[in-house]
Amino acid sequence: MTGTGTLIRLILRRDRVLLPLWAILVALIPAGYASSFKGLFPTAADLAGYARVSMSSPGFIALYGPLRGDSLGEIVAWRAGFFPVIIGLISLLTVIRHTRTEEEAGRTELIGSGIVGRHAAFAAALITTVGANLVLFAIISVTMIGQGQPVGGSVLLGLSFALSGCVFAALGAVTAQLSGSARTARSIAIVVLGVAFVLRLAGDVDTGVSWLSWVSPIGWVQHVFAYGENDVLPLLLALLLVAGLVVLGSVLVSRRDVGEGLIAARPGPATGTISGPIGLAWRLHRGVLTGWILGFAALGLVFGGVASSIADLAADNSDLAAILRRLGGNSFLVGMIAVLGLIAAAYGVQAALRLRDEEATGHTEAILATPVGRLRWLASHVVFSLLGPAAALLVGGLLCGLTAGGHQLATVLGAAAAQLPAVWVLTALTVLLFGAFPRQASAAWGAVAACFLILMMGAVLGLDQWVLDLSPFTHVGHGLSATPFVTLTAIAAVLATAGTLAFRHRDIPSA
Amino acid sequence: MTEAIGVTGLVKSFGRTQVLNGLDLHVEAGEVHGFLGPNGAGKSTTIRILLGLMRRSGGDVRLLGGDPWSDATALHRRLAYVPGDVTLWPTLTGGEVIDLLGQLRGGLNRRRRDELLDRFDLDPRKKARTYSKGNRQKVALVAALASDAELLILDEPTSGLDPLMEEVFRQVVLEEHRRGGRTVLLSSHILTEVEALCHRLTIIREGRTVETGTLASLRHLTRTTIDAELVGAVNGLGTLPGVHDLRVDDHHVTFDVDTETLEPALRKLIDAGVRSLTSKPPTLEELFLRQYAR
Ligand SMILES: Nc1ncnc2c1ncn2[C@@H]1O[C@H](COP(=O)(O)OP(=O)(O)OP(=O)(O)O)[C@@H](O)[C@H]1O
Ligand SMILES: [Mg+2]
Repeated sequence: MTGTGTLIRLILRRDRVLLPLWAILVALIPAGYASSFKGLFPTAADLAGYARVSMSSPGFIALYGPLRGDSLGEIVAWRAGFFPVIIGLISLLTVIRHTRTEEEAGRTELIGSGIVGRHAAFAAALITTVGANLVLFAIISVTMIGQGQPVGGSVLLGLSFALSGCVFAALGAVTAQLSGSARTARSIAIVVLGVAFVLRLAGDVDTGVSWLSWVSPIGWVQHVFAYGENDVLPLLLALLLVAGLVVLGSVLVSRRDVGEGLIAARPGPATGTISGPIGLAWRLHRGVLTGWILGFAALGLVFGGVASSIADLAADNSDLAAILRRLGGNSFLVGMIAVLGLIAAAYGVQAALRLRDEEATGHTEAILATPVGRLRWLASHVVFSLLGPAAALLVGGLLCGLTAGGHQLATVLGAAAAQLPAVWVLTALTVLLFGAFPRQASAAWGAVAACFLILMMGAVLGLDQWVLDLSPFTHVGHGLSATPFVTLTAIAAVLATAGTLAFRHRDIPSA
Repeated sequence: MTEAIGVTGLVKSFGRTQVLNGLDLHVEAGEVHGFLGPNGAGKSTTIRILLGLMRRSGGDVRLLGGDPWSDATALHRRLAYVPGDVTLWPTLTGGEVIDLLGQLRGGLNRRRRDELLDRFDLDPRKKARTYSKGNRQKVALVAALASDAELLILDEPTSGLDPLMEEVFRQVVLEEHRRGGRTVLLSSHILTEVEALCHRLTIIREGRTVETGTLASLRHLTRTTIDAELVGAVNGLGTLPGVHDLRVDDHHVTFDVDTETLEPALRKLIDAGVRSLTSKPPTLEELFLRQYAR
């Protein structure tokens, strides 16, 4: 553990903008919800009406979890029900970034040869991430109390969100030990997060299997019911899980060598059959593509299954507020497809950022020193970042439509197809950033986050229409319609072309 | 002889910092040309401009009779490159990487590939993630040397190789050169390697060419160390322009002398009567140290 302090300072120095930014930004939103709900529903009767509608809306329950009371605090806590997923995701990414990514880049070896204990990197990454979650906890509690909410509920709300961050930070610390590659470590952790979310969703929506939400750490966090039942037991479960994962992770750290994972690499073929840049791109993308398609298939099955177990969707939602309509109209399924669209955009951006990865690691230089031209190399990766999300959406939509019942298939597939051009706009934006501002290419994640915030929170926070309009997903119709499809596709084409032109004229590797 | 690489007055700046300030580099077809300079002198940058990966800010660059930026893909059919910092796709095996790069260059000589794998003692079935630095380097070397490219551009190709493998590399390059008369541009920090392989060399410093020529002509630029026992006193040695670090201790003198001044200096010694004399030939090391540090 010696040297942990030094490493913590190093992490704080490297993440001095990112870490406070997400912790503070995310932490301020519940109070923002509280103040805008006060405006939207000034009387207790208004609140009760909204709560009654929300409690019986499967779309809402799927995304945010169950709602049991109608006080302002309870409604805010419930409406922020997707936060554990976001906080968990950021936390696990942060931990893996400061453990396995560093190790893969060989920097851990450099540090490990100094006077730094073998658990130092593991401890430093965890301590900083837990610290960020404590900041988040403090801000949520204080700002909610500032909104006039009860102290007990505010503390528990902050605590439950912070603990969800800690659970997934610890999970990231464990998966970082399993594999030699940060990419694999991230994938495993994100899959676990996704499974936890889907279990919670299925358990909450389908009362026949409500025990499922108790298998998921995200479910625990929501069963605190802050401002209502204020149940502490689920938090104790989460705390135990954190402790267990930390112990497991630190045992794994002492069991393995620097640079290695527990999953050993096997020998492969002595000769290769990869032909051309597109063959190489296929090799590099196929694992991720398969993972996303399986993920979308699973989500499609769950969403479709949930939908079919709900008797009459349309009737239930007929009097829902405008907020639900923003989420993609008045049907549970179309709302879920909107969520799938955003997830597909995350995949598109991830696949397009492979371009930057390849350049930064020097692989692009090796390829472009052969007769392969820049355009051909760029296209080989862009193809996957455009068609990959399309394939994933198609599979997700197809399975969702089929399990929901045959008559839904056309609607659901249409809604999925309508998402595609918006996904492409974000992919193309990534290509533009890569071509013109390669060092800032990962800012594309900021764009995904912004679209996400606008979709999930724009209406509640009462953002101006022009802000909402910034997200391509705002312009997606509820079904397939020509104008947004063509316009968004054209915008994507322009962005991608600009990125390509910039790329053809710049130095490789760029400074 | 025709020129394989012709670089005149090359300028490259990154933003406000100018990294190459009028660099000259001329490589004849069929020769092995050493490219030397201290860390950060601009060797890799020059090579990236030659490969059309980076755009020159000024000056004139010709590669195999074409323009490296606008004719990049056509020119790359005729060359193979080993980057200074070899990184491989971690999930591909060494064999797959070699065959991929060969395939992209339009095919490689299979018999030769297997022979090279054998000589470099490289297991092609391992995942690139698990290769050591030296083994990664070997993958890139085998891929380049097994191609039939007429020009090899090698940026510090032996960094990380053990002495045995360095020796294999030298033999292979010599054989290659003898067989096909291939042109090689070899950037290196290893002087014995340069001495063993290169016909001519170019030394750069801070983005400028400071010396270029054959090894023999560069040796002329170096100093010989003389140590002599004399019969009588020597006169006027200190005033000769090419004599340095003169020490006279009774009848014993030591000094360094530039090649042009060697003859007049020896005359002075003979005039004083020589009892014994040792001369140490100039080493390349000294030449480089002086050129690098100047
Ligand atoms: N993309 C870039 N942006 C800014 N500066 C750069 C860039 N690439 C190289 N440099 C600078 O240009 C100079 C020359 O670098 P270069 O890599 O060409 O040196 P080199 O001669 O190959 O050195 P070495 O022997 O260490 O490999 C260095 O000072 C380096 O910092
Ligand atoms: Mg270099």
